[in-house]
Amino acid sequence: MSAPVVHIAGATVHRDGRLVLEGIGFEVAPGAFLGICGPNGAGKTTLLQAILGLVPLAAGRIDVLGRPAAERARSGNGIGYVPQRHAFPPDFPAHALDVVRLGRLHQREGRVRERHAAEEALARVGIAELASRPVGRLSGGEQRRVTLAQALCASSKLLILDEPTVGLDLPAEQEFYALVRRLQGELGLAVIAVSHDLVALAGEADHLVCINRRMHVHGQPDDVIHSHALREAYSCEFDFLAGEIAHHEGHAREHPARATRADDSSALVPRSEPQASEGEARATRADDASALVPRSEAEPSEGGA
Amino acid sequence: MLEHAFMQRALVAALGIGVVCGALGFFVVLRRLAFVGVGISHAAVGGVALGLLLGLPPLAVGGAFGVAVALGIATVSRKSRLGQDTVIGVFFSGALALGLALASAGRGGQQDLFAYLFGNVLAIGPRELLALAGLATLVIGGLATTFRAQLFLAFDEELARAYGHRVGALDALLLVLLALTVVIGVRLVGALLVEALLVVPAATAALWATHYRGQLALSIGLGAASGALGLALAWQLDLAVGASIALVAVVGFFASLAWRRR
Repeated sequence: MSAPVVHIAGATVHRDGRLVLEGIGFEVAPGAFLGICGPNGAGKTTLLQAILGLVPLAAGRIDVLGRPAAERARSGNGIGYVPQRHAFPPDFPAHALDVVRLGRLHQREGRVRERHAAEEALARVGIAELASRPVGRLSGGEQRRVTLAQALCASSKLLILDEPTVGLDLPAEQEFYALVRRLQGELGLAVIAVSHDLVALAGEADHLVCINRRMHVHGQPDDVIHSHALREAYSCEFDFLAGEIAHHEGHAREHPARATRADDSSALVPRSEPQASEGEARATRADDASALVPRSEAEPSEGGA
Repeated sequence: MLEHAFMQRALVAALGIGVVCGALGFFVVLRRLAFVGVGISHAAVGGVALGLLLGLPPLAVGGAFGVAVALGIATVSRKSRLGQDTVIGVFFSGALALGLALASAGRGGQQDLFAYLFGNVLAIGPRELLALAGLATLVIGGLATTFRAQLFLAFDEELARAYGHRVGALDALLLVLLALTVVIGVRLVGALLVEALLVVPAATAALWATHYRGQLALSIGLGAASGALGLALAWQLDLAVGASIALVAVVGFFASLAWRRR
């Protein structure tokens, strides 16, 4: 078996004197899609930053492609990164191609190769025709693809996505994940994605990790979703209804390995008011009955019995 | 007017400061650093006053003040929770007050200080021109070697950091280049008006061009044109050169604004 793309052991991070992550450990194999979930403030984004080598570890280690993450960060880390997205500055004086090229700037390999790689990345995400459009004037979905192309231009081995579909409507979200899965297949990319949207993540990832400061559960999406540890991490209960997955069904057909998931996968459906902090995101999905909603924290834990 | 050697030097200086300010102004406008420019130029006045008092080269001391204030602003605004504009307010008034207090304690020198507030491009000697050209080369070189990394930083600091760019160092470098540019500008157009050349040509360029290559080229061209035209106008109408250069740039801006809004 080939060496893992990311190897994390006992990773512990302090921020402003507070313990944010404690003893996190998992591996990501080449070509695997790992989803990281957890409630707000669980340290998901911090974990991504630690993998990028941007926050120091108080203990443990993180190796990316065989080298310590912090060392990799200093030399240009070779990781494709799609950050939690706000819109591009509307009047930024650059074209989509310029922005994609910036992802490869640290590799200092000459303008011709850099340009070629950027054009290829734009074509891979299906927006080659937008190359010379001002970035600030692209739609939200197009901007997301530009960032994805930039990430591909930076690395063909590891892609890190932080809440990649926030602000996208359901079809755009499905389209985005389908694109990521396609790229994963074509390039053998390893993907690590953080999302508050557990249902979407469970439908896409090969493995799920649920954290809330420490790691609560790690495994196949089905096992994780039905685990007691998930409830523990979110400090609440979930209900499962059959037939969610309307929007992931087509996807399952394309990926036979995931068909079992679609069959048995039950949607996580709200029973009562969501946590206030996540209410907005949920609300957009409630129509489609595919939302995951925790039951109020005050209720006694059913699964815990 | 170009039969006089001092006017030839003045023209070279005016073109040069236009080019340097135009190039750096692109980032001043893009990263909204206009107030940083004001802060550094005022701090430089404090340094110049101190230099005059101590009998040291005023521009060198002014430059050191400007660079120190630039680095101070960069460090404190990154490490404290205060907004950058607040930190600038503290640093530049502090440096200016220090310089002026020391200068007022000494005798004389106020006349000389006046020359640095309003600049005097006509009084540039050959050696000073050479020194300013050296500084200008340093600024252009520093900008050229980090241009796209600076562009990345302006686009998205978080992404630039994630892709291994040393965001703090790039930020500090840009402010130091800004301080050096201000020093050149203080000598030529004065501390009070160097801001005009740092902001106005780039702002005008942003009205016309949507791509950074066009904006940069136009900003440099407009800076140089403002310098040369302003100097010629000052010669013809017997105006203060710094004010004349700034006015030409500002008229260009408003004419562009009116034209683009039609």
